[in-house]
Amino acid sequence: MTANISKRNSTNSQSAIGAWWKKQSQNILPPLIAVVIFLVVWQLASSIGLVKIPGPTSMVTEQRTRIYLMYPFFDLGGTNKGLFWQTMASLQRVFIGYSLAAIVGIALGILVGTSAMLNKALDPIFQFLRMIPPLAWVPISLAALQQNQPAALFVIFITAIWPILINTAVGVQQIPQDYINVRRVLRLSNQKFFFKILLPSALPYIFTGLRIAIGLAWLAIIAAEIIMSGIVGIGFFIWDAYQNNYISDIILALFYIGAVGLILDKAMGYLQERIVPNDKK
Amino acid sequence: MTYTEKTKKKTTRSKSREAFLTIEGVSKVYPTAQGPYTVLKDVNLTVNEGEFICVIGHSGCGKSTLLNMVSGFATPTDGEVRLEGQRIGEPGPDRMVVFQNYALLPWLTAFENVYLAIDSVYPDKPEPEKRAITREHLAMVGLTEAADKKPTQISGGMKQRVSIARALAIRPKVLVLDEPFGALDAITKEELQEELLKIWTDHRCTVLMITHDIDEALFLADKLVMMTNGPAANIGEVMQIPFPRPRDRSQIMEDPEYYNLRNYALDYLFRRFAHDADEE
Repeated sequence: MTANISKRNSTNSQSAIGAWWKKQSQNILPPLIAVVIFLVVWQLASSIGLVKIPGPTSMVTEQRTRIYLMYPFFDLGGTNKGLFWQTMASLQRVFIGYSLAAIVGIALGILVGTSAMLNKALDPIFQFLRMIPPLAWVPISLAALQQNQPAALFVIFITAIWPILINTAVGVQQIPQDYINVRRVLRLSNQKFFFKILLPSALPYIFTGLRIAIGLAWLAIIAAEIIMSGIVGIGFFIWDAYQNNYISDIILALFYIGAVGLILDKAMGYLQERIVPNDKK
Repeated sequence: MTYTEKTKKKTTRSKSREAFLTIEGVSKVYPTAQGPYTVLKDVNLTVNEGEFICVIGHSGCGKSTLLNMVSGFATPTDGEVRLEGQRIGEPGPDRMVVFQNYALLPWLTAFENVYLAIDSVYPDKPEPEKRAITREHLAMVGLTEAADKKPTQISGGMKQRVSIARALAIRPKVLVLDEPFGALDAITKEELQEELLKIWTDHRCTVLMITHDIDEALFLADKLVMMTNGPAANIGEVMQIPFPRPRDRSQIMEDPEYYNLRNYALDYLFRRFAHDADEE
């Protein structure tokens, strides 16, 4: 019996990678092939002049872009920094603006969710304001706050707050009647009701809002930075490169933006899975 | 231990008082799009302290509405419900409810669900005592092992046990159960009936319980309240169930009186007050 198992193990260890590949290849291969085809088509299109932008090989062939690609961590002062630092500067703004949006959004959402009167009064305003795109907030926030940095933070804040606020309010309104009955019959204090019933019950909704909001916040910062000149950030980097006609720099920066957006969304998804009780249906 | 003794003493002291719970001239009318709909009309019932009452009737006859007016989740349109002379206006822990679908908080363990109830009804008790009461009541329903499990990790029967433990742990004067065993399989149901009866024998709180099951009522109750059909339902008859306690299921089932009562109740429900659907 043991001999049998060890024999099987020895053959298995060699084919372990093979077995893994067999299982995963269906998930990995199709997107990989799609990406390769996309890049090849793009390269061909740009080399025969079908599109006016350089192909993906320009990341390496353009010397300027190659430096940005190979050295993301350089810092020559001012706005002359590697793409890692540019991205970090943007991310920092997102985190400040987003955290503010989360705090205010959840608090306001709970208030609106628990009071039918407040909900009636404020819901039309919220529905109206959330339709205003981030870019439209930029001029007014610059005019109101005068400086780039607080204006950028405000744009993030005002973009991210609506899904958080509205989802939180819905989550609070959706607390099952059974739990409300438990509260009434036990005469739970407001504090106990808040921590033992309201918050855990609304948590899945709150996290849905938080996840939608992080994507929006990231979209908004790029848009905001493009308009705010002279700051370190991936958005302004793109605008600056465009002004100087460094198109391949822009393409590289777009890869960064897409990757960071994807990571942010996945990170929120991971947090959501960890924190939201999965036994709650 | 002292906790149990204290409440027992209190129970015996007030036992002499008549009309512990009175339902007097109670009607309930719901406004609907087609005009007012009378669910209950002029219902009168007096319940003595420590009695076990089962309420039976066809669906839609307002059994739940009646019990909701005792627990305070509904208020009568006319008449009033009084507990120890006090008019009932809103829900409170003295009239604890075992809800039809358990109503346990899914993010709390069995222990935490029971503890939350004790903690909010007796906030001034020291924490070790509150924990001890929780453990005592979980043990009483045989859930010591499952104390740290969440409701989703346990069976329906166990959930109902937690719900019963939670209800009894706060020492209600009246325990209201709305079809507590309706969703359970036959064996679990019988087990829980026996446990409930045993616990009730120890606690002697007043019990009001809705059921669809005549055998369940005959095994558990002192009185069986049989409702007429809605709309404007009323109490048709109150049947006394004379079997001595403690009751043994097989013993009472051998009693010929059991079948007399059972047939009488069946006759009431399916001949004299057959369901509307049968008449149409």
